[in-house]
Amino acid sequence: MSGRGRKQARADLVTNAAGRRVPTVVNGKEQVPFQGVAAHQPAGVRHAPAIRSCKDYPATGDKRVPDLKTALERCGPTDGMVLSTHHHFRNGDKVALMALNAAAELGVKDLMWFPSASFPCHAPVIDLMDRGVVHHIEGSMNGPLGEYCSRGKMRGLGVLRSHGGRWQAVQDGEVKIDVAVIAAPTADPFGNCDGSHGPSACGSLGFALADSIHAERVIVVTDNLVPFPCVPWQIQGNNVDYVVEVDSVGDPSKIVSGTTQITKSPDRLLIAEYVARFLRDAGIMRDGFSFQAGAGGIALAFVQFLKDMMQEATSWMGRPSIWRRWSPLRPTRITLRRRRSPPTTSTARGTSRRWWTPRCWAPPRSTCTSTPTW
Amino acid sequence: MGQRGEAGRAGDDVRSDVYVALELRKSGGLTLNVVSKVDAFFGTSIRETAEQVLTTLGVEHARVEIDDKGALPFVLQARVEAAARRAGVAVQGDARPERTVSPPRSAKDRLRRSRLYLPGNEPKFMVNAGLHHPDAVILDLEDSVHPAEKDTARLLVRNALRCVDFVGAERMVRINQLPLGLEDLEVIVPEAPDLLLIPKTEGPGHVRQVVDRIGQIQHDLGGGEPIWLMPILESARGVEYAFAIADASETVAALTIGLEDYTADLGVVKTRLGDESMFARRRLVNAARAAGVQAIDSVYGDVGDVEGLRAWGRRARAWGYDGMGCIHPRQIEPIHEAFAPTVEEIEKALKIVAAFEEAEAKGLGVVSLGTRMVDPPVVLRAQRLVALARRTGMLPEEAQ
Repeated sequence: MSGRGRKQARADLVTNAAGRRVPTVVNGKEQVPFQGVAAHQPAGVRHAPAIRSCKDYPATGDKRVPDLKTALERCGPTDGMVLSTHHHFRNGDKVALMALNAAAELGVKDLMWFPSASFPCHAPVIDLMDRGVVHHIEGSMNGPLGEYCSRGKMRGLGVLRSHGGRWQAVQDGEVKIDVAVIAAPTADPFGNCDGSHGPSACGSLGFALADSIHAERVIVVTDNLVPFPCVPWQIQGNNVDYVVEVDSVGDPSKIVSGTTQITKSPDRLLIAEYVARFLRDAGIMRDGFSFQAGAGGIALAFVQFLKDMMQEATSWMGRPSIWRRWSPLRPTRITLRRRRSPPTTSTARGTSRRWWTPRCWAPPRSTCTSTPTW
Repeated sequence: MGQRGEAGRAGDDVRSDVYVALELRKSGGLTLNVVSKVDAFFGTSIRETAEQVLTTLGVEHARVEIDDKGALPFVLQARVEAAARRAGVAVQGDARPERTVSPPRSAKDRLRRSRLYLPGNEPKFMVNAGLHHPDAVILDLEDSVHPAEKDTARLLVRNALRCVDFVGAERMVRINQLPLGLEDLEVIVPEAPDLLLIPKTEGPGHVRQVVDRIGQIQHDLGGGEPIWLMPILESARGVEYAFAIADASETVAALTIGLEDYTADLGVVKTRLGDESMFARRRLVNAARAAGVQAIDSVYGDVGDVEGLRAWGRRARAWGYDGMGCIHPRQIEPIHEAFAPTVEEIEKALKIVAAFEEAEAKGLGVVSLGTRMVDPPVVLRAQRLVALARRTGMLPEEAQ
């Protein structure tokens, strides 16, 4: 890989569809200014790594190497490389620093660290930036890293992406990842891995999934190696080059940190409740629906409200949830806020209709207030 | 060195408030030193607002330190005025902020299921209180305000009544125990709150004192809409005089009880279900109904105990109460649910009302539902229940 033109020339600014002046080149790469919703048609094909084959690993399928440094060395590290890590352990992550330190030991310079998010636990990256190991960060810069960046000490331009935008950038090759290092709570020697079980279970590895598909080289780091096959798996061993065992990949107890506290503020709780009610009353809350909540206090409180509303809706139907599981398109009818007692009559769809639209109804509270009745 | 006056609060935990320290000087004009997180956006507004208040009050030479923690203009105005008054300024002009809200007046028999207490000297709770949709907010000048801050709270509440949108909630003020409460009236009555709570009312004389003072103030102002009163019974004596208190004036709209002081007066311990105050609370309902006013229950003190609150509210409704107080916005919804008629009650009431209307249309003297005859009081109760259901949005408004 050639050293990219990282020197930020005086940027040309253009006005994008949102009326903002934005640079056309960031960190030496051309950017497409926002054109408006659904106005931009990207061309080309999705980014793909070079083909791997069974020639790349032993016939046993065992891709293990002794340590992360060895794995990284075999990936062929270069100055200016892009190294990605992920934040499913949030402030309890240990693998990002392991990977960056291994790169430092190998003498790599000016690498771009591409985390899905960074946390205060990643403060030592400041030292790596000062030493010239890390050139800049694209992802997020929180806590001490944010302060470092705000003081203008980082050499490149920091780039923030939404989580969805990050996937798009990886998929479309806007960011070409040289090595993805994935912390896996459970993995097998072939590289199949998953986050839902194991002593450090953390949940989905969705952020890492994109990188495993599109990165040039993929290293899985685990503290819970199981015999092949790791079931269930979220990340396919076919996409993985090396597997490394360590004592601990992260501390799941620190996933709940900082922003991840349910708020106690009545005003914020009200916002959360309104969001949940909106989902319910707009018919978005229905059988088989999916949603993603952020980790902020309001978002977590919203999940609590939604849980109550889902349970309420289920009990009204008078049916076990399994019965309705496979009809994802039929909205759960819960526009009526019936106070207690589920219907005693049949709840077959035709006959139940009557008690959903009876004379007793409660409009959403927001409707009440816009037209006070007193 | 000139005279000094301070008002408001400083510190890292302060929100929506401002600390103002003012030192009067002989010459040199006004010197404002503003520290604010939002200086970049609102620095000019903060300086202009402070200068305007001082100029109106007749302060020409002073040095003013302003440590702002996101105070809205009405708060800043109250704090600057309080600091100037405390510095001994002989107030000349009227520094009240321009009135930005003028909600419709409330009716005597208005829906009063929940009333949310807001400490009178704490601006951060006032700003968003209306969004939680209590039936009423109480700007409290009494127990939630430190004795040394009564003057500043009065100005803040006055400004809040002029500037804060409580989103349809009835605007109540709890004045201090008499005679201090009479001083509160001088500042509060001109702002036309909907209702005043009179704490520690012990007899009809207390109510009449308040009514007389309101009358005087309104007379001096050249008139005013009636301001409803809600005496709070907080002693054994007050409970004994319940009916006389409720009946003391046409403007008494409701009667309520303060259980902390009442149980202390009895020398008993306040318990979760409140059995020790059962006599007082049930007597209050009878006295209120006899005088034709609403009966409103005390507050439920444990904010974390939602089930206890629901149980308390349901029992209060069963005893004849129209509503109760709340000390936290999360208590509002459970209270509204507890005081709402059940779906079964509404359905039954609708049938009775329909039977009554049918009998009337046919010119029948007797209302019957199925095989049962329905007495007139039952019809009346059913009509009230249907009306309540319509007011609370449980039933759609009747098509005209």
